[in-house]
Amino acid sequence: MSVKTDDRYKMVEKTMKKLGFDRSALIEALHTAQDTFGYLDKDTLKFIAQRLKLPYSKVYGVATFYHFFRLKPKGKHTTVVCMGTACYIKGANVILQKFENRFGIKAGETTVDGLISILTARCIGSCSLAPIAIYDDKPIGNLTIEHALAEIEELIL
Amino acid sequence: MILSLEELQGVGDKRIKSEKDCNKELRICVGSSCSSLGSSTLEKELAKKVKEKGLDKKCKVKGVGCNGLCSAAIMVSHYDKEEQKETLYGGIESGQSDELVALIEESSALAEKKLDMSAPFFTQQLKIVLENAGVVDPNDIEDYIAHGGYHSLFKVLDEMSPIEVIEEIKISGLKGRGGGGYPTGLKWETVLKVDSDQKYIVCNGDEGDPGAFMDRAVMEADPHKIVEGMAIAGYACGASVGYIYVRAEYPIAVEKLNRAIKQARSNNILGTRIANSSFNFDIEVRLGGGAFVCGEATALVASIEGNRGNPRQKPPHLSDYGLWKQPTVLNNVETFANIAPIIKNGGEWYKNIGTHNSSGTKVFALTGHIKNTGLIEVPMGISLRKLIYEIGGGTTNGKPLKAIQTGGPSGGCIPEHLLDTAIDYDSLKAIGSIMGSGGIIVMDEASNMVEVARFFMDFSKSESCGKCVPCRVGTTELTMLLDKFIAKEATVSDFELLKEMCEVVQNASLCGLGQTAPNPVMSTIKYFEDEYLQGIKND
Repeated sequence: MSVKTDDRYKMVEKTMKKLGFDRSALIEALHTAQDTFGYLDKDTLKFIAQRLKLPYSKVYGVATFYHFFRLKPKGKHTTVVCMGTACYIKGANVILQKFENRFGIKAGETTVDGLISILTARCIGSCSLAPIAIYDDKPIGNLTIEHALAEIEELIL
Repeated sequence: MILSLEELQGVGDKRIKSEKDCNKELRICVGSSCSSLGSSTLEKELAKKVKEKGLDKKCKVKGVGCNGLCSAAIMVSHYDKEEQKETLYGGIESGQSDELVALIEESSALAEKKLDMSAPFFTQQLKIVLENAGVVDPNDIEDYIAHGGYHSLFKVLDEMSPIEVIEEIKISGLKGRGGGGYPTGLKWETVLKVDSDQKYIVCNGDEGDPGAFMDRAVMEADPHKIVEGMAIAGYACGASVGYIYVRAEYPIAVEKLNRAIKQARSNNILGTRIANSSFNFDIEVRLGGGAFVCGEATALVASIEGNRGNPRQKPPHLSDYGLWKQPTVLNNVETFANIAPIIKNGGEWYKNIGTHNSSGTKVFALTGHIKNTGLIEVPMGISLRKLIYEIGGGTTNGKPLKAIQTGGPSGGCIPEHLLDTAIDYDSLKAIGSIMGSGGIIVMDEASNMVEVARFFMDFSKSESCGKCVPCRVGTTELTMLLDKFIAKEATVSDFELLKEMCEVVQNASLCGLGQTAPNPVMSTIKYFEDEYLQGIKND
């Protein structure tokens, strides 16, 4: 979709305008863009580069430096497995492995049919509910392996 | 517009008066653990039902920040203003609004969910940073003011010179709570002394340690306290602009902080000529992008400027050459949350809490194989044993404890026999760990320490920014070496190499991330060497 006809670019524009199109608005602009589009594609990155008068390489460099930014679209559903220490010692790695085996993809990937993405988080700060995963924005804690798989099955039904 | 201390007190008094007949409060915890079990819905439903029954004049329903005992989520507190008595209920389910309504009329309702408030978890804590968590509505500036909020800022602007403020902080002995432990007063004084037209106050809310959620809870439960602490710092150091750098993974904290800033602005608590003085100060929130290295001061500043979070060589320190090349004070969320109480009660008061070299309290996130998981605040100097067995209630299922981990990927593992160590900056350092930001992970005997070390090394490896070779290559090599031990394929010379490599990475890395990355390996070698030896194959 072109920049002119897509209203979503206005949201990104608004963020940059608020910060006076200063170069320091880059990360804020990327956040707004990801919020609006779901991920950052090449057109969006180029749009931001142009508006902030930054080289594309710089925008790409920043977008790829931070884990939070995605350069590929997510699947219809997502599961984010928290891999923080508290979750790890309570078996988050085993849960993640089960998920990976179930869908035949690795963490960070999306199934070919675009049905589900499996992601990991450094730590979502809900350590008292460890192990925890976020199913389509809904955090479910105190997981067991059976429980975790049941939740994911429910998601894709 | 609140323009003087009298007016501020007026706002608080007015609020207290307007709720005079409302003797009870039902405080629903909407912290991260409770809200993931549906406490926000519960709060809304309860408020609606209380209103329908005409009980809203008698009892106020409010959503509050983390109450601490996350393992008892959802937590609800029933507060009786007349008797000044708080009763806590745990394990409430999101559908139990009717039972909670009944509690207003009949205090014997829900008796089976009542928590024992005489348990060490409650009695051994001392709350300064978390004093408002679970009490004040974080969305409501008037509630904060009615609980004494912003009084310290107005007091400072009315009565104290910047040097006097710094002197008070110096007397208190407050040290940076982000993990470094640098004296806060000294840091402020350095910036005050630098001559510059523009200085900055930056709050580090990029809590990146896996296994730590203290700052998240403070930002979500009491955002105004951070705003107040930063404004006082601004006045003391001569800065007019502040930034709060928050993890984008904490959307609720971002929302609360932004709301708090907006409310403060509309009351002229932030803005120009605050409290009719010549002091101007404003704060903006900046989102982090999920990079652990941005906890390093120079990397964080680079990130606020819109760049990749690469650290740089120090000196020059931020106090001379910080954000946009200007003198900058960078403190952690918890450090700022200590400022208003210190100004209110005096530096001497704070100094008398804790130990000689580590004054005050520290907030810890207790997690892992421990009964009472959650957030606690204790005076410095308390022993780890007391923390784990009394406050924490011991390990889950009563299994023997093997080790605890403090300080995240930069910290170390502490074995059971050293649990009598006091919690303060120096004692923890002496046994090969660090205070860190406050994550404490309890591990029972089922945990394999080499695997734990590998977990942290893998974390440091993926979080290394790649700028300097010792960290970029070293953490990768160390991870591969640890893999050999886990696969029981290592040789004797691998063990020597592992130790040597740890030293190289520690001594030659550019920033704190690399310099401390070998700590989990070194401390597990020190205390659990046999587990490494078991990973060496027999030739």
